Amino acid sequence: MYAFDIERPATVAEAVAALSNEDAQALGGGQTLIPTLKQRLASPEKLVSLTGVAEMKGISSAGGVLTIGGGTTHDDVAADGSYKALSELAANIGDPAVRSRGTIGGSIANNDPSACYPAAALGSGATIVTNEREIAADDYFVGMFETALDEGEIITAVKFPIPEKANYQKFVQPASRFALVGVFVAKTADGVRVAVTGASNEGVHRWTAAEEALSKDFSAGALDGLTVSADDLIADLHGSAEYRAHLVAVMTKRAVAAAS
Amino acid sequence: MTKVTMTINGKSVSGEVEGRTLLSSFLREDLHLTGTHIGCDTSQCGACVVHVDGKPVKSCTMFAAEADGADVATIEGQANADGSLNVIQAAFQEHHGLQCGFCTPGMVMSAAALLKDNHKPSEAEVREYLEGNICRCTGYHNIVKAIMAASGQDVSAIAAE
Amino acid sequence: MPKDGGIGASTVRREDVRFLTGTGQYCDDMNMFGQTSAVFARSTVANGVIKSIDTSAAEAMPGVLAVFTGEDFVEVGGNPAGWLINSRDGEPMKEPKRPVLAHGKVRHVGDAYAAVIAETIEQAKDAVEAIEADIEELPALVNMKDALAADHYVHDEIGTNQCFDWGWIEDNRAATDAAIKGAHHVTTLELVNNRLVPNAMEPRCSMAQYNRANDEYVLHTTSQNPHLTRLLISAFVLGIPENKLTVIAPDVGGGFGSKIYHYGEEALVLAAAKKIGRPVKWTADRTEAFLTDAHGRDHVTKIELAMDKDGNFLAFRTETMANVGAYLSNFSTATPTFLHGTLMAGNYTVPNVYVNVKAVFTNTAPVDAYRGAGRPEATFSLERVIDKAAREIGMDPIELRRKNFIKPDQYPFASAAGLEYDSGNYDALMDQMEKVADVAGFEARRKASEKKGKLRGFGVNAYIEACGIAPSNLVGVLGSRVGLYDAATVRVNATGNLSVMVGAHSHGQGHETAFPQVVAEMLGIDPQSIDIVHGDTSKIPFGMGTYGSRSLAVCGSAVVRATEKIINKAKKIAAHMLEASDGDIELKDGVFSVAGTDKSVTFGEVALKAYIPHEFPLEDIEPGLEETAFYDPANFTYPSGAYCCEVEVDPETGKVTVESMTAVDDFGNVINPMIVTGQVHGGLGQGIGQALLENTTYDENGQLLSASYMDYVMPRADDLPFYTVDHSQGNACTHNPLGVKGCGEAGAIGSPPTVVNAVIDALQSGGKSVTHIDMPMTPHRVWSAMQNA
Repeated sequence: MYAFDIERPATVAEAVAALSNEDAQALGGGQTLIPTLKQRLASPEKLVSLTGVAEMKGISSAGGVLTIGGGTTHDDVAADGSYKALSELAANIGDPAVRSRGTIGGSIANNDPSACYPAAALGSGATIVTNEREIAADDYFVGMFETALDEGEIITAVKFPIPEKANYQKFVQPASRFALVGVFVAKTADGVRVAVTGASNEGVHRWTAAEEALSKDFSAGALDGLTVSADDLIADLHGSAEYRAHLVAVMTKRAVAAAS
Repeated sequence: MTKVTMTINGKSVSGEVEGRTLLSSFLREDLHLTGTHIGCDTSQCGACVVHVDGKPVKSCTMFAAEADGADVATIEGQANADGSLNVIQAAFQEHHGLQCGFCTPGMVMSAAALLKDNHKPSEAEVREYLEGNICRCTGYHNIVKAIMAASGQDVSAIAAE
Repeated sequence: MPKDGGIGASTVRREDVRFLTGTGQYCDDMNMFGQTSAVFARSTVANGVIKSIDTSAAEAMPGVLAVFTGEDFVEVGGNPAGWLINSRDGEPMKEPKRPVLAHGKVRHVGDAYAAVIAETIEQAKDAVEAIEADIEELPALVNMKDALAADHYVHDEIGTNQCFDWGWIEDNRAATDAAIKGAHHVTTLELVNNRLVPNAMEPRCSMAQYNRANDEYVLHTTSQNPHLTRLLISAFVLGIPENKLTVIAPDVGGGFGSKIYHYGEEALVLAAAKKIGRPVKWTADRTEAFLTDAHGRDHVTKIELAMDKDGNFLAFRTETMANVGAYLSNFSTATPTFLHGTLMAGNYTVPNVYVNVKAVFTNTAPVDAYRGAGRPEATFSLERVIDKAAREIGMDPIELRRKNFIKPDQYPFASAAGLEYDSGNYDALMDQMEKVADVAGFEARRKASEKKGKLRGFGVNAYIEACGIAPSNLVGVLGSRVGLYDAATVRVNATGNLSVMVGAHSHGQGHETAFPQVVAEMLGIDPQSIDIVHGDTSKIPFGMGTYGSRSLAVCGSAVVRATEKIINKAKKIAAHMLEASDGDIELKDGVFSVAGTDKSVTFGEVALKAYIPHEFPLEDIEPGLEETAFYDPANFTYPSGAYCCEVEVDPETGKVTVESMTAVDDFGNVINPMIVTGQVHGGLGQGIGQALLENTTYDENGQLLSASYMDYVMPRADDLPFYTVDHSQGNACTHNPLGVKGCGEAGAIGSPPTVVNAVIDALQSGGKSVTHIDMPMTPHRVWSAMQNA
């Protein structure tokens, strides 16, 4: 690692101030950033650790909306249980030691194309809350590792409207244990949302054809005959684009069948 | 350099660290607690697992500065007060849950974290919990068996000598 | 048996206590006063000409003490190949020099061309980035077939990418061809034995000290065989006299073959320690381990099995291309030849066997012995083609194997591939396997799986392997440049406890527990009074180390021989003390007595007398009680086994899960069943990993795509089942004093074809006409095979 300083602000305001330095970078749980720093692939002058910001931690529920502080660990989301599909998803991110440190804000800010949380946020129609504004998930995820966040902007919370039914199915990439393909399905009064991670060069995205079919008939059978184009899907040593396309359909069906 | 103070295995310790000093480096290089091992660069092998404020953490993926004020437990503090092996360590020995020993500290620390929350884990629960701990020697059979035995379950039906 | 466990006891391991309490001492756990750090500059291209290297900026960086390039090692020797292979035409293999640091060309991604020594590791890394290397990239040779056809070379000076073209046994070639030509049925299979990265959990680490006062060096290094490392450094690479170089392999975190070999980093830190006059340490990170540890396997093979109309085997003919990577690692030429071709008769009475192996240089990391080393490749080819043949002729795969097994009354049996098997009973192993795995109940389990929407398959395998490669006289004739004995010194201390210095190295195998069981059994004393000393060339006799499942069979035999010498001398001392004739002295439970009398002295009293030799017959017996033995085996040991497994395949995703795995092995006599079982478990984990998960993937430019645990699939606990392991059917080895056979590699040898056979069975049960899928059988590959079937 290159040398850098670490600051540990106690409030969002302090964190924002610390991040105003253009060579400063936010540090969440560090489960992605620290390995990156070890490879000397990043050279911030200052890391602003968000783990000490108490106001960014915790989970609360009101009016059918679950609000999760950006600094809340996967472990805490897994233990919460008030949005079952989300807690189950969190319980399967990485491994227990990663879940002790990794945070929802860090994951969503990073927007790894194979990460789980982006699928939950997009699939649930969540709202990303920052120190400056609120961003609908549909507007937030721009592409692989790209988001609507500005420099120095911090995710302070994510608001999840709790759907009638939901489920996440992950087919793991067997080495990294990220999603080779992951599908989050949520059924709400307004219809069904299907978000796919791991599959696309564009990052997390919605499968609208499946949403339409499922909005009419929320059953795995409603997806019969629906296929996903392999165009622009990820192909790597763990699976071809065609295989990923196939898995999207399989995982979607399984998520619908398991939704509760 | 920043001054950090933390409790490690029940004792208060202080040190001067750089921003980039990992908790694992602080333990190994500054405190000579070399039972915590480094087996990879990508936060996956789990040889470096310690407990920070009661939770399992990969000490190679946390900065020492972030552990300022924390309560840290490492493999060196796991034995009973009289120096004898604790129940998990003893089960690993009894059931031959280690060979080269390199992954063992992380395995023991992960096992301790599991058993704190889940007093009688099933085979599947143990295997899933060890997702972040890689062992190349044992094929995991005796590790899983040892952890189940440490939880007080009867493992005599699980094949082995 | 002694009270705390002699031969046959599942004594818990004494070494566990230090590993479980974090007090093990692995190489990287040690720091020396004044220590500095070495970091290597490694090639980012697979093939390139080094036009220039400018180190001046790096040398001026803070904390930098020295910078080395290949130029600094032009005058020293190369890291040699340990086994000379002659091609079919009699020409010796090509042996291009393997330098300490690349010079002239870089030949694989990760090839080190410079090294920085600095006060801290981060300063050294900073300085490595400041080295200006002008390296002109050349097209990479990655695929073996392409490399053989290419008109440019990994090593320009040899003018070919073929290291050798070996035939075994060349005199059998015509008969094998004729048998295949005239056969009733010939089954042909083309397969890949996938390249693996050993991935010992402890990355390599080397730390050198130089003492100017007496011109002595100490190298702490992650080695399976410190004496071999010292010999290679002394006699071939740096020319440091052996008496001036101590090599210490302390606690070592697994090896699996990858730590047999001498690597350039060891030579570099030694040279650097002398130059700067301070200790120098280098510890690999995991990426370096992936890029530079010797890899394993990587064969591309065509095998044919000829049978008569009744299914009797007539011939096996094999053509293999074996990748040796960019340089010859120390045993890279022995692995695909004498450790592979000689096993190509398997457990069978087949009369004709011929094997052709072409070894190929490519712009990839060197490939060498990895757990099993040649025998997994042999077993995989044989047991896959036999399974395919059984399906083609409609015979049960177990029946076809049994029909061709060597029978118990045929030992010693001269195999058609040139080995003499000493003992075995393959039908008995198969019987036991069928019993403990409840093979009869498989159909019911298959139906239960089908109810869940899964395809269930059953796979079987019979293997034989050869361990403890020997004897030196024979291997010398076959091209080995080393002897393959081992050594032990038993030192009885004056107060009656023992230090046993052994040439084998324990890095997970439990020697510190098992070897004392042997000595304790022979002497009738408490094993806790016996300590094993290993890993330090200044303390132990010259031994060849640990690999090829040799430690107990070879080094353990040396321990027996040395202990026998101790007993003989102790009896003389006891006879003197008891005023009797040595021939009348009996040793039982640690007490020497005169036969037929109640006169006795304890082992401890004899030990004390040996070191305080008052009233001692100095004219007949020297004082002291310490004996050394070197043991050179008469033959290999031949473990064998019958394995089976059951898998489930998810037809929607292609994901395979191993539902059960049964290993029934003949290891001869067993010293510590708990440790032996653990060895099998580990091999099974690695073998299932090879079959389903692990692959080493280079792209067409020679970039390693699977260079971290993010992409190289290490088996995890949730990928594997509980195993059933049985070694009740042992037939003692006939030629070593313990009657033991090697057990360290069996699991990795027996399991891969078992798993593949089971997956093929599952797919065929689902109506798919799939006859082969290359390993690893990833979900993607299985799904693709199902789409195309």
